[in-house]
Amino acid sequence: MEVTGKLLTMVLAILLFVAVVGLILFIAGKVEHRRGNRVAYVFLFPSLVMLAVGLLYPAARTIYQSFFDAAGKAFIGLDNYQTIFTSSDQLLVLRNTVLWVVVTPFVATAVGLLYAILVDGARAEALSKALIFLPMAISMVAASIIWKFVYAFRPDQPGIKQIGLLNQVVVWLGGTPQQWTLNAPLNTFFLIIVMIWIQAGFAMTLLSAAIKAIPDDIIEAARLDGVNAFGMFRFVTLPSIRPSVIVVLTTIGIGTLKVFDIVRTMTGGNFDTNVIAYEFYRQTFNASNQGLGAALAVLLFILVIPIVVYNIRQLRASEAR
Amino acid sequence: MNGKRRHTGRIAVATGASLLMLLAACSSGGTSSTTTTGATSGTTASGECAAFAAYGDLKGKTVDVYTGIVTPEDQPYMDSYKPFEDCTGAKINYVGDKAFETQILVRAKAGNPPDIAIVPQPGLLQQLVATGAAKPAPQAVSDNVDKFWGADWKAYGSVDGKFYAAPSGASVKSLVWYSPSEFTDNGYKVPTTLDELKKLSDTIAATGKKPWCAGIGSGEATGWPITDWMEDFMLRLSGPDVYDQWVTHKIAFNSAAPTAALDAVGSYLKNDAYVNGGLGDVKSIATTTFQDGGLPILDGSCSFHRQASFYASNFPKGTKVAEDGDVYAFYLPGVKAADHPVLGGGEFNLAFSDRPEVQAFQTYLSSDLWANTKAKISSESTGGGWISANKGLDVANLTNPIDKLSATILQDPKTVFRFDGSDMMPAAVGSDAFWKQATAWITGQSTQDTVDKIEAAWPKS
Repeated sequence: MEVTGKLLTMVLAILLFVAVVGLILFIAGKVEHRRGNRVAYVFLFPSLVMLAVGLLYPAARTIYQSFFDAAGKAFIGLDNYQTIFTSSDQLLVLRNTVLWVVVTPFVATAVGLLYAILVDGARAEALSKALIFLPMAISMVAASIIWKFVYAFRPDQPGIKQIGLLNQVVVWLGGTPQQWTLNAPLNTFFLIIVMIWIQAGFAMTLLSAAIKAIPDDIIEAARLDGVNAFGMFRFVTLPSIRPSVIVVLTTIGIGTLKVFDIVRTMTGGNFDTNVIAYEFYRQTFNASNQGLGAALAVLLFILVIPIVVYNIRQLRASEAR
Repeated sequence: MNGKRRHTGRIAVATGASLLMLLAACSSGGTSSTTTTGATSGTTASGECAAFAAYGDLKGKTVDVYTGIVTPEDQPYMDSYKPFEDCTGAKINYVGDKAFETQILVRAKAGNPPDIAIVPQPGLLQQLVATGAAKPAPQAVSDNVDKFWGADWKAYGSVDGKFYAAPSGASVKSLVWYSPSEFTDNGYKVPTTLDELKKLSDTIAATGKKPWCAGIGSGEATGWPITDWMEDFMLRLSGPDVYDQWVTHKIAFNSAAPTAALDAVGSYLKNDAYVNGGLGDVKSIATTTFQDGGLPILDGSCSFHRQASFYASNFPKGTKVAEDGDVYAFYLPGVKAADHPVLGGGEFNLAFSDRPEVQAFQTYLSSDLWANTKAKISSESTGGGWISANKGLDVANLTNPIDKLSATILQDPKTVFRFDGSDMMPAAVGSDAFWKQATAWITGQSTQDTVDKIEAAWPKS
């Protein structure tokens, strides 16, 4: 296409956009005088259309595709789903996903909570918080690269220097360097650590805010009753921030189900570390198996729904307080 | 750099360097079109334009080229298009995209293909032709390929007997990197048969040194260097005919010949006495990136590294790659000294349009003129790293010793060339099961399990 043609298309697109917005505003202006509620529907309409085109249609199409074969031509019913729950490769993917979802949210939340309580009211609180919050600002790919260096392996031979932090520590302690990302199922935990490193800061921030929101009189009353530190945590802090803890848990849980970047960057799904979110991409693009890829995507979608629903309900509950 | 580009390109943003790559993708993923047309035509002597007279006046016409070749390798491409632009008046719009290999399929299926795509694998070429969007090559291109390449290369650019795409660049994979000074110091001779290679490996192993080093890590493409190893041994131990049957699945992946080939690879790569010089035990091959795999040659921790011609660019700046330099490569020998099987790769120019200017440009790209122009420009601007299997390519136009060696190997009439097998197999095998199982194999899975699992992954049709 020529440059002028491109410019023309651009101008046309902008004009179209302006026209659509103008039309909406025009209709909204007309309707406003009569009924208040209808205005909302008028403004809702464009986003509904975009949701339908950008979300609902692809979702429906993915579900449809999941009943077809690798090339997307022949209808094969539930065969793809059967593959997911019977082939040993796919079962391994499921097992790893379960490991991720079970371990990551709880450990990350626990670490975040512990940290939030420890630094609460301490000197240099802001600085300590900023330090643990920093990994949140790093992309998952970048974090994975950092941890790849931490786990890097070099043999313990004369003339060879360790380049990985973890193995250097091991050598200093008199051990032999290990290939941390190689041996299943331990390697999945080493990958999970990366996710925890990223998410603990998020948990800490939200929980710290919740802790600070606990009314002082409750704490005063508990102190007067003579509770010790653990009692304070068990009977005052935790019940008060329970909705926040659940929101954090479920939010990290949703993020963990979708973990893709870490697995892709650190092991490429090799050495039995694959998870659903990465396997569906791999099946679709590497193996050219559209059907199985779509089925995995649908499975991921189904798995994430209950967590999302629970998350929203808790979020509303905590806001209602 | 064909092999490296092929494997990293195939999977868009591949490995640890993702951050940098992302930046690169951002900066080059858009349009990086050639700029001036016509303006420089005054400097071009009319004699140089004589070769383009047949294409006629194409002023005002544009040809879109879409490829996975991005900066810095894209510049020599754009420069090599200049003479065509200057002489015919046509404009070539070059777009390099790291996500080429997934995007080109999307574009072809969506009815928005480029005029010409530079396709790095025959398997992908077949997928693209299957979308129905590709156009068969014009007669002039077909004639050029008959003249300059030969039946084997023509077959790689054909689908169901119909010829679509002429080869562009090429790479030689059957190379073993070594240290020339180590050879002179110890009186080693470059082996001319596989037996001699084994004997030399044993001799070196007897001194307490691990002779071989290897790395197969490549992000989600981890494992591909083993597929190249296996293809090389398949070609050597069973010959080109059985190799062809293996690639096209006329014989099963778990039949005798492929199993023997993988076992032969295992006698090197899974041999504790042989690997992994300077990098650890056998399993460390799986976690070492292919870029790092051959570097221990430089510090003397290992002697051999089997990798394609593009590997020259992986050595740090200042490394002298030459017969009398720090590193050089020899041809991975056959069973007998007289055998000359060569494994290689290459790209193809596939057209999605049959407009006259597109066909004219396609014809230019399939000519010896373009091959020599491109070789000269690559040698001057990026120090080489580009060759073609075009027989019209004058080896004198290559300055890099490895390019010279590779081009000589490709043009040797005794050479029996075969294209990288995993690139021709269906994606479910070639870029999935084969890589994955090869990785499992190096970390301990038995040869039989490995070939059985790859065979099971072959699409049923």
